Amino acid sequence: MTAVLTVLTVVKYFGNGLVLSFQQTEVMDVLMLAVEIGMAAYIIITGFKEKKYLLALFSIIQIVMIVGFEFTEKKGIEVHDYIVLDKLSGIMVLIAGIIGSLISIYAVGYMKSYHAHHKEVKERKSFFFSVIFIFLSAMFGLVLSNHLMWIYFCWEITTFCSYLLIGYTKTDEAKHNALQALTMNVGGGLSFAAAIVILGTKFHTLELSALTSMKPNTIVLVCVFLLCLAALTKSAQLPFSSWLLGAMVAPTPSSALLHSATMVKAGVYLIIRLAPLLGESVVGRVMTLIGAVTFLACSMMAITPHDAKKVLAYSTIANLGLIVMCASVGTQESLWAAILLVIFHAVSKSLMFLTVGSIENVIGSRNIENMNVLMQVSRGLSIALIIGICGMFLAPFGMLISKWVAMKSFIDSKNILIVVILAYGSAATMFYWGKWLGKLNCNRKPKGYEKKMELRKDEKAPIFFLTAIVLVSCLGYPLASRYAIVPYLVKIFGTPPVIPIGTGDQILMVLMIFMVSMLVLVPMGHVPTGLFPKRRETPIYMAGENSGDDQHFIGSFGIERKSDLSNWYMEEVLNTKKITFWCNIVSVTLLGAGMILLIGRWGM
Amino acid sequence: MLAIKVILIIILTPLAGGLLVGFDRMISARMQGRQGPPVLQPFYDVWKLLSKETIEVNRFHRFYVYLSLMFIILTAVVMFSGGDILLAIFILSLGAMFFTLGGYASWSPYSVVGAERELLQMMAYEPMMFIVAAGLYYVSNSFFVRDIINLEKPAIVYLPAIFVGLVYILPFKLRKSPFDLSVSEEANQEVIQGISTEYSGRALAAIEVTHWYETIIALGFVYVFFAANSTLSRVLAVLVCLIVYLFEMIVDNSTVRVRWQKALSSAWIVSGVLGIVNLTILSFFNF
Repeated sequence: MTAVLTVLTVVKYFGNGLVLSFQQTEVMDVLMLAVEIGMAAYIIITGFKEKKYLLALFSIIQIVMIVGFEFTEKKGIEVHDYIVLDKLSGIMVLIAGIIGSLISIYAVGYMKSYHAHHKEVKERKSFFFSVIFIFLSAMFGLVLSNHLMWIYFCWEITTFCSYLLIGYTKTDEAKHNALQALTMNVGGGLSFAAAIVILGTKFHTLELSALTSMKPNTIVLVCVFLLCLAALTKSAQLPFSSWLLGAMVAPTPSSALLHSATMVKAGVYLIIRLAPLLGESVVGRVMTLIGAVTFLACSMMAITPHDAKKVLAYSTIANLGLIVMCASVGTQESLWAAILLVIFHAVSKSLMFLTVGSIENVIGSRNIENMNVLMQVSRGLSIALIIGICGMFLAPFGMLISKWVAMKSFIDSKNILIVVILAYGSAATMFYWGKWLGKLNCNRKPKGYEKKMELRKDEKAPIFFLTAIVLVSCLGYPLASRYAIVPYLVKIFGTPPVIPIGTGDQILMVLMIFMVSMLVLVPMGHVPTGLFPKRRETPIYMAGENSGDDQHFIGSFGIERKSDLSNWYMEEVLNTKKITFWCNIVSVTLLGAGMILLIGRWGM
Repeated sequence: MLAIKVILIIILTPLAGGLLVGFDRMISARMQGRQGPPVLQPFYDVWKLLSKETIEVNRFHRFYVYLSLMFIILTAVVMFSGGDILLAIFILSLGAMFFTLGGYASWSPYSVVGAERELLQMMAYEPMMFIVAAGLYYVSNSFFVRDIINLEKPAIVYLPAIFVGLVYILPFKLRKSPFDLSVSEEANQEVIQGISTEYSGRALAAIEVTHWYETIIALGFVYVFFAANSTLSRVLAVLVCLIVYLFEMIVDNSTVRVRWQKALSSAWIVSGVLGIVNLTILSFFNF
């Protein structure tokens, strides 16, 4: 229902866009303020109760700042355009609407299976769904508003809802991680509030569009820096990435919602909006470098975990890093790449989250090592997962197209370090997806294995739709580019962008899609096996006598031994703790350097 | 016209590759004090393999090899018809990816070890490939091979360090020592036979032909560095390709296989240092 409504709305206003101005907004403002105060009170009390004083402190400063601002400076500020629906918001609304609705449908079925497995978790389904819907509406509000106070309000609501969703199971781990997520995001909210106060006091405006069209002098840059800081926490970029990893304790639909289509996309959405002020400026450079460090570090760390959801989490952070990189380089082509990355990442990642969730219900584990039997257990799920993985890194699919354009724009803007980092990050990305793909393609016979549970229909349908969307978005991205992204960029830069992918390349890519589709067709058995009849099937080579089932061999002492194959995780070489530590230091240093430079300029 | 060109590329590339491999085997044998096989031996081998009975462990895993071959052919077509070099690299890695999936599909211990090592190799050499493409784009302002080889001065003048990096990672692509961890060219057994362990007959022949294509594509990257818009430079470029191949042969015969940690870290460090240094100097002179 939401999905249909979203599509209708966007189709209706897509052509000429929509700008809403309201005369009487005082009631709304008071209401929003009341809700904000309520949330702050809850957060502060929780902070004291759980002895998270930092959280309480953040929240107190924030609410004092906002309330103070509301009653002093804000009186004199006039806001004309409250709601602006342009092409970019249109895209974001479509993503949140369609994918969000599919995830909600999926959640209905998933939560039933989930509670069947996890008897220890108290059932709070109606609570869960209401939070999800509040979350989605906040997301719509966030991308549609032009009034910074409104964006801020929705921003805080998403933070708060994510806290509720992560803490759903009420285990100690979940509580701890939820509080951690809350602390970081409230910290981000604090920086958002500071930006609003500075902007309101110095420039007497609270419109996002007014901010982006200003000249980048120092005070504007300070505001942009604060807003970007808020965006970095929301998008879990490097010093703040740990909340997203911790958020994986939540039931899968909420992870899917938070990490593919909505929450984290709010951060990069803000950075894309602010892109005209980034580019060559100090803030832009700092953001690009932080995105780059995040992309490289998380791509490498994604090699180590066995847990499928953790791999997805690392790859989410890495891809968000890539989007931040593209957006903050700020040229036309890089923005084009950034917006496309947002779309492709949202569809592929949500598909993968949902599939992994169902796999967990079906085979009782989300360890990648156990997925080698998946092809024999649930063909549909493994094919959906294969398509999702291909969507993330293989050649004709979306992510790679964006990387291609990103590469070009990075070289054009002479960001040499970034080009090299992109090359390394992509190589690591290929490794961890490649080995997972291999695991799925290995056709192991499920010997001694019991199926835990049938796949439910209401889980199947959203997965099927999302798979279809991934495929359609690969073929249909030129349309999205022509009717949405290019007009948006023209509006900002005044000239149409030069996209380096020509028609000839597109024909080639369609050809490649057909070839890659063999990846799905081969395991399904739709291949001409009778073409060359001169064949013989034998057991595999084991360097000892194969005892017949391809899993045991006769060892040198005549004893039957089991052969066990495991993927390569390189845990010793890629020490996650060490990498996180050093990269956090690097990114904090970068942020600090950016701040010092800005303060220095402000002082002068 | 285009069709004829494409067909010529598809036919001539493996012929040249097979010949090169034949020479390689002969000269390597002479280096080791053996007589060695005739130059045409690779073709005889493939011919014989085609007539052999195919023995396989399941019904699917051979298709990955054929798909891989198709992608490699597509790479050759894109590259040698003057197409986009970045696209060529993407398709090339897609081909390699399918080859590794073939290794996984058999679920045989040696194949899977080979497949994982192949993935590792891809991770090791891929950054340099991207840096090569980035460097060439930096110099010529175009990703198209036809524009790059029509510059006034050949790209090597501006990108010497990146070229050295490319030569460093070529053994990965040519399956030569010290970086032949996944599938060695030579007749070894067990682990080093890697992905090809479970293949026989036609599928093994396809692997062989894929290797011929890959050899020529790898040398194609060398060619792009030396070719400019004069005929002389192009002849020279072909000569340089042969010299580089000879060099890799000597390296192959005089080094031992390294451990994977060393292969990965050395390839990453070499490509990073050389790539950044070269590009930074270029941008410093504001070329």
